[in-house]
Amino acid sequence: MRYLPLTEADRRQMLAAIGAPSVESLFRDVPPSARLDAPVDLPTAMGEIEVERSLSALAAKNVSAGSVPFFIGAGVYRHHVPAAVDHLIQRGEFLTSYTPYQPEVSQGTLQMLFEFQTQVALITGMEVANASLYDGASACAEAVMMANRLTRRSKAVLSGGLHPHYREATATYARFLPFRLDAPPPAPEGAEDLMARVDADTSCVVVQNPDVFGHVRDYSELGRACQAKGALLVVVVTEAVSLGAVKSPGEMGADIVAAEGQSLGNALNFGGPHVGLFATREKYVRQMPGRLAGQTVDAEGRRGWVLTLSTREQHIRREKATSNICTNSGLCALAFTIHLALLGEAGFTRLAALNHAKAVQLAERLGRVPGVRILNASFFNEMTLRLPKPAAAIVDKLAKKRILAGVPVSRFYPDDPALADLLIVAATETNTDDDIEAFASTLEGVLR
Amino acid sequence: MNDWSQALSAFSSAPPKEGGTYSGNRGLQIEEPLLFEQDAPGRCGVDLPEPPPVASRLGAAKRTRPIGLPGLSEPQVVRHFTRLSQKNYAIDSGLYPLGSCTMKHNPRLNEKMARLPGFADLHPLQPQSTVQGALELIDRLAHWLKTLTGMPAVAMSPAAGAHGELCGLMTIRAALDDRGETRRRVLVPESAHGTNPATAAACGFTVEAIPANARGRVDRAALEAKLGPDVAALMLTNPNTCGLFEDEIIEIARAVHAAGAYFYCDGANFNAIVGRVRPADLGIDCMHINLHKTFSTPHGGGGPGSGPVVLAESLAPYAPLPWIVHGKKGFALIERKKGAAKKAFGRLKGNHGQMGMFVRALSYMMSHGSDGLRQVSGDAVLNANYILAALGAAMTPAFPGPCMHEALFDDGFLKDTGVATLDFAKALIDEGYHPMTMYFPLVVHGALLIEPTETESKDSLDRFIAVCRALAERAKRGDAAAWFHGAPYLTPRRRLDETGAARKPVLRWRKEEAEQAAAE
Repeated sequence: MRYLPLTEADRRQMLAAIGAPSVESLFRDVPPSARLDAPVDLPTAMGEIEVERSLSALAAKNVSAGSVPFFIGAGVYRHHVPAAVDHLIQRGEFLTSYTPYQPEVSQGTLQMLFEFQTQVALITGMEVANASLYDGASACAEAVMMANRLTRRSKAVLSGGLHPHYREATATYARFLPFRLDAPPPAPEGAEDLMARVDADTSCVVVQNPDVFGHVRDYSELGRACQAKGALLVVVVTEAVSLGAVKSPGEMGADIVAAEGQSLGNALNFGGPHVGLFATREKYVRQMPGRLAGQTVDAEGRRGWVLTLSTREQHIRREKATSNICTNSGLCALAFTIHLALLGEAGFTRLAALNHAKAVQLAERLGRVPGVRILNASFFNEMTLRLPKPAAAIVDKLAKKRILAGVPVSRFYPDDPALADLLIVAATETNTDDDIEAFASTLEGVLR
Repeated sequence: MNDWSQALSAFSSAPPKEGGTYSGNRGLQIEEPLLFEQDAPGRCGVDLPEPPPVASRLGAAKRTRPIGLPGLSEPQVVRHFTRLSQKNYAIDSGLYPLGSCTMKHNPRLNEKMARLPGFADLHPLQPQSTVQGALELIDRLAHWLKTLTGMPAVAMSPAAGAHGELCGLMTIRAALDDRGETRRRVLVPESAHGTNPATAAACGFTVEAIPANARGRVDRAALEAKLGPDVAALMLTNPNTCGLFEDEIIEIARAVHAAGAYFYCDGANFNAIVGRVRPADLGIDCMHINLHKTFSTPHGGGGPGSGPVVLAESLAPYAPLPWIVHGKKGFALIERKKGAAKKAFGRLKGNHGQMGMFVRALSYMMSHGSDGLRQVSGDAVLNANYILAALGAAMTPAFPGPCMHEALFDDGFLKDTGVATLDFAKALIDEGYHPMTMYFPLVVHGALLIEPTETESKDSLDRFIAVCRALAERAKRGDAAAWFHGAPYLTPRRRLDETGAARKPVLRWRKEEAEQAAAE
């Protein structure tokens, strides 16, 4: 087996040194009834050629996004990732290292995390950010629990425009911990009166910008209203590229930002791994979940980095930790950091402008398809269409014609007939004019 | 002042000490400023087309302020991250004996497979007819995990080990709720990973510690005394964090079940028994598997991980969404609490799980096969026992062997030397090794936990053993405490001031502070 260096001669020598008759004898503490004496019923070893052949055959059964006109978003976005990103994250010193517990031999990862934290703080307009969480949805749940701890209140108001997966993940935590959710139904066309739901026990109001239907709003007034009632404003961002064109959550008065960072540096990956971004005010940092890299000096007075404030964390605080999280999304955070470093201010704002322009072009073209109405007054790179027929069937028909058209809202809310005709579509810098024309003209044909 | 003389003054304000340099660089160890200190406004490492002119639809939410991101070209970015990478130790560089973390070789075939566009370039919300191969891959991986553990069901979505623990305990809570029971105590051995008690608390349970016995196992009498009608579950790591197999596990499982509680196993150490012992045969109801440990998906400097949870029949109906099932038209995703999934406890994260890790883990499993996986655990345990035997005289084993996949020592051999576990570990760094896990598990004084894994050759182990013996001898001579306290000497940075970092946290770069510092 190509990954196992021990030879039979090595094994014999080592057993002799140990004074054990056989490898099996080393397992003597396992109850005999539980010891298997032969391999389990699974295929035996394969060489690279066979594994590659088998897995390539599975991959070939899928329609990859890059092979067709592609307009799916709804929380996961297809962007161009510069070639340097994937090259650098595959350097073994990044790829095959552990969490940087030993700072003297982990300065590379630690400095990168410090840079990641700074970048996340900058684009969200917040004071501090952590070293990543699993994904946006779990970050949202962590944000609500942090708001509960900070305010010592136990009700969270979740906007109907919050991504359904984020609502569901947060509801999962709420099911087992003593806090309640007030989650009004989705309102794809209109604004909601969330403040009417805020009472003296409300810890936070959670909104998404742009929301799952693509509407983009300035939540500054909501931020002020929350503050007046002692509730925190949590802003969720599922499309990190939007922050290059949209006013930052910090500027709107957000207390906590929970975001998905996949759009920068990371592939679609069929939904994972992605990277949760988490940012807040400096005064709240000791209630933050997850790891933090901090600046310090070494024994010779030189600047360096360490993991810090770990008394918040499970390996020190055990059942009193702010979160149970341990492993997070280090390598995805690295990809994010490299991509954003390549873009810089000029590239990031241009990328955002390009996404917006593509979406405006998509909206103009789809708006001319008979029977199709665009619900959004405002949007960044994503919008919701009302079709004259149930959207799920249209999406399936378009898929047969090799167009991946968007996400029918019924995939999230199958039981609400009022939402059945709605389709969420996104455009990014990867879409060409030809893609847009193919989508629109094929949609015309399918609707006819 | 010229630009070049300014550049030099930024490196060092004084002439170099002996062995030092003007630049602060030392040969291949090159100092590297932050990205933010390399900014030139307008510079960019990506050439994007000019956006077509359109009327903005951003309304009042349009950004008007600058962000403050630095501008670098591609060569600068590539050099920056290459230099950073060179300040890291990694499996690819050498033995990484971090106990309980299973730092084994990460095969590059797995990276190649995960990057096939048919996996990496798939959106989780594509029509299911267009992702049949992806669903089949997850189903195939699930079959391997179920077969290796003997368990009938597996929840695939958890994003890491601790997330898997959360999944497991939520499944147990949901099952108890369904039984109409309000059991709220979870028993956790003192030797457990910190995630165990933290997870139990995150699910609304209270946590009670179980002591270890003199043999490094759970004190069964103490455990049985604590079992009662209000106990929801026992969380046990097996092999445990002392590197020992819980030899009374079948009796423990029987007692837990007799009390009406569930048996959760932390599968972090599954590498010791994969292919040789099926957790189902031990009476376990629920166990997470760290794909980034046993099945070699790279740890990436802190993730991403993946933590599927295998479940007994009694817990399977409560598994989180989504489920992958064999439907009428091939594979199908169940994303709602309906039909067979009506008792599912909910969703833990966005989408369907860590697909990128699934591809890597399956590629690893297929490469080894059932026979190779059995060899994995055999060699992992053999390597650990070789270290235990070879270092038994120079260091102090915490418990007699045989051990499983990791060898645990206490700091008895350092008694009265003035050298602590930490100092010993830091001295290892100068010898070219990542330290072992230190001060964990908590049940052993000054613990040094060494997990070599099966991917180390005998030569590699022999060199490591020789170094550990030499360092132990040096410590015992009693005249080198000060030298140990100063180690490491040869790293890009010496020991770092962690207390200072926590007292006055600096968690990001700030332009204003940098400008102020420059002015001073």
